Amino acid sequence: MAEVKILTEFYHLPEYQTLAGYQAKGGYETVPKALKMQAQQIIDEVKASGLRGRGGAGFPTGMKWGFLPKNGEPRYLLCNADEGEPGTFKDRMMMERAPHQLIEGMIISAFAIGSHKGYIYVRGEYVYPIECLNKAIQEAYAAGLLGKNILGSGFDFDLDVYRGAGAYICGEETGMISSLEGLKGQPKLKPPFPAVQGYLRKPTIVNNVETLAAVTYIIRDGAQAYRKNGTEKSSGTKLFSVSGNVVKPGNYEVPLGYPLMNLIMNECGGMKPGRKLKAVIPGGSSAPVLTAEEVAKANMDYESLAGLGTMLGSGAVIVIDDSQCMVDMLGVLTHFYAHESCGQCTPCREGTGWLNKILHAILEGRGRLQDIELLIKVADNMKGKTICALSDAAALPVLSFVNKFREEFEFYVREGRSKVKGTTYAEMHH
Amino acid sequence: MFKLSEQGLAEVKKELARYEAKESAIIPSLYIAQKENSGFVNPSVIHHLSQVMDIPEARINEVFKFYTMFNQKPVGKYHVQVCTNISCALEGSREMAGYICHELGVKYDEVTADGRFTVSKVECLGSCGTAPMMQVNDYYHEKLTPESAMNLLRGMK
Ligand SMILES: Cc1cc2nc3c(=O)[nH]c(=O)nc-3n(C[C@H](O)[C@H](O)[C@H](O)COP(=O)(O)O)c2cc1C
Ligand code: SF4
Ligand code: FES
Repeated sequence: MAEVKILTEFYHLPEYQTLAGYQAKGGYETVPKALKMQAQQIIDEVKASGLRGRGGAGFPTGMKWGFLPKNGEPRYLLCNADEGEPGTFKDRMMMERAPHQLIEGMIISAFAIGSHKGYIYVRGEYVYPIECLNKAIQEAYAAGLLGKNILGSGFDFDLDVYRGAGAYICGEETGMISSLEGLKGQPKLKPPFPAVQGYLRKPTIVNNVETLAAVTYIIRDGAQAYRKNGTEKSSGTKLFSVSGNVVKPGNYEVPLGYPLMNLIMNECGGMKPGRKLKAVIPGGSSAPVLTAEEVAKANMDYESLAGLGTMLGSGAVIVIDDSQCMVDMLGVLTHFYAHESCGQCTPCREGTGWLNKILHAILEGRGRLQDIELLIKVADNMKGKTICALSDAAALPVLSFVNKFREEFEFYVREGRSKVKGTTYAEMHH
Repeated sequence: MFKLSEQGLAEVKKELARYEAKESAIIPSLYIAQKENSGFVNPSVIHHLSQVMDIPEARINEVFKFYTMFNQKPVGKYHVQVCTNISCALEGSREMAGYICHELGVKYDEVTADGRFTVSKVECLGSCGTAPMMQVNDYYHEKLTPESAMNLLRGMK
């Protein structure tokens, strides 16, 4: 087993960015096919494919679409291109290399759910991906692939890009909807779920870039063909963004269920010379960390990782070698979540702040032994109590780092310096 | 007092007509105004936008304060944003950010004496596989070393 390129087959071709280049490789051929199908047939095919959301939660896409009210009420299709989960850089590559692939997936998905208006919500820093998307959307309009009466089918679909402005929480689907509505990007209480009441209180489907792009291939080849890759419950291929201390970091498309160790050792060329694998965060910064022993048992599918107490998340694999201090790395993460909490819920606002304060007290040599228990207690109290999942996302890394690398935390508290680096925080970074 | 240029005003009007909800134009309009106000937003910008858009100042202000890409104080001609989140930190980005500040003789988030640079530490920019990296205004610079980063910056006049 190695890379299986379904979405990324032609990403190496610079011209694939353009309409002509995309069409030369079969691009947009699935649109007329889909527009001749019944909308429900497309939804059924997506259900049968087993496709699960690639944005983080892994929710079955066809089932989500099925939650829409069965009436003619206007509805929206929103593409989540906020990509803020630390370690994740696949959506950016997809929009830069193949903007038309996303547009095609959106046309087909919009037809399936009966939506006539879509937005791609892109994080504000992605100036170049936005430029690529805007150019592609213009080309698609000029070719009659967007707008009124697409390819003479009678189906209308308008697509626009919305540029965010720097806030991780806008990646959470209801935060994104708030932001698109011109509000602070704060998540909303669910239910009602967006499929029932979303953007401007209308039924709304939010899907990740990679999810929407995959829809085209399911309709092109059929659900059974899509299922040839992956496992029973985790079907298809997935893009993994591998970063950190490996020889060849990058985005790799492999079948779900691919052994994590193979991804690191084969695709990524292994660890740097003289270094040993210490830990891996397998699904973006919110996923609990795995020790090297656990990595050897992990397959990159939803079930295998859940069985190891962690998650596939956005598919961001962060590889950590034996030269790294886990106390220091956890400090990076607590800082991030404290910065990104939107502040609506007390356990999250206070909890993320406390975690970061305690951690930095330890890092700066002011830690007490009871602080380690305190970290665990604070994190435990942040779980399952808030409007959105950011609070849990902030708590889980703390619990896993402290529980699995406890002796590093204890050493740091006792000695006021890093066990691995031998130095203090100030010496490490200034 | 801040006032949008004629072109800026036309762009804001276009944004106002672009979305189903008028308030959706707040973020795009803040971008337009920030660009015309030397890279930051102050009360005078909010006041003007409020009048032009016919949206209360408080509504625009809360959006402005929520998002990190709107600067609350002046920045240099080149805003150097170094990602110090986990994947970049694993590859030495914090040391790189410190080195850049040292070489430019400036503290984080302040403007160099010649007005050219502001250096900030920021969260993940989606460039984790090409770490360490920095964003300078709209452009990403990837696979850097402290020295290659400084060489790039020295060339920015
Ligand atoms: C704090 C937080 C941040 C998130 N960030 C993103 C993101 O950047 N991109 C994304 O697609 N989904 C993100 N999600 C997940 C979305 O809420 C949502 O589940 C997803 O966009 C649905 O699309 P999918 O079913 O295709 O995965 C985030 C969730 C949370 C709680
Ligand atoms: S959990 Fe945190 S980020 Fe999510 S809504 Fe509550 S305060 Fe905001
Ligand atoms: S962690 Fe630095 S760009 Fe993602």
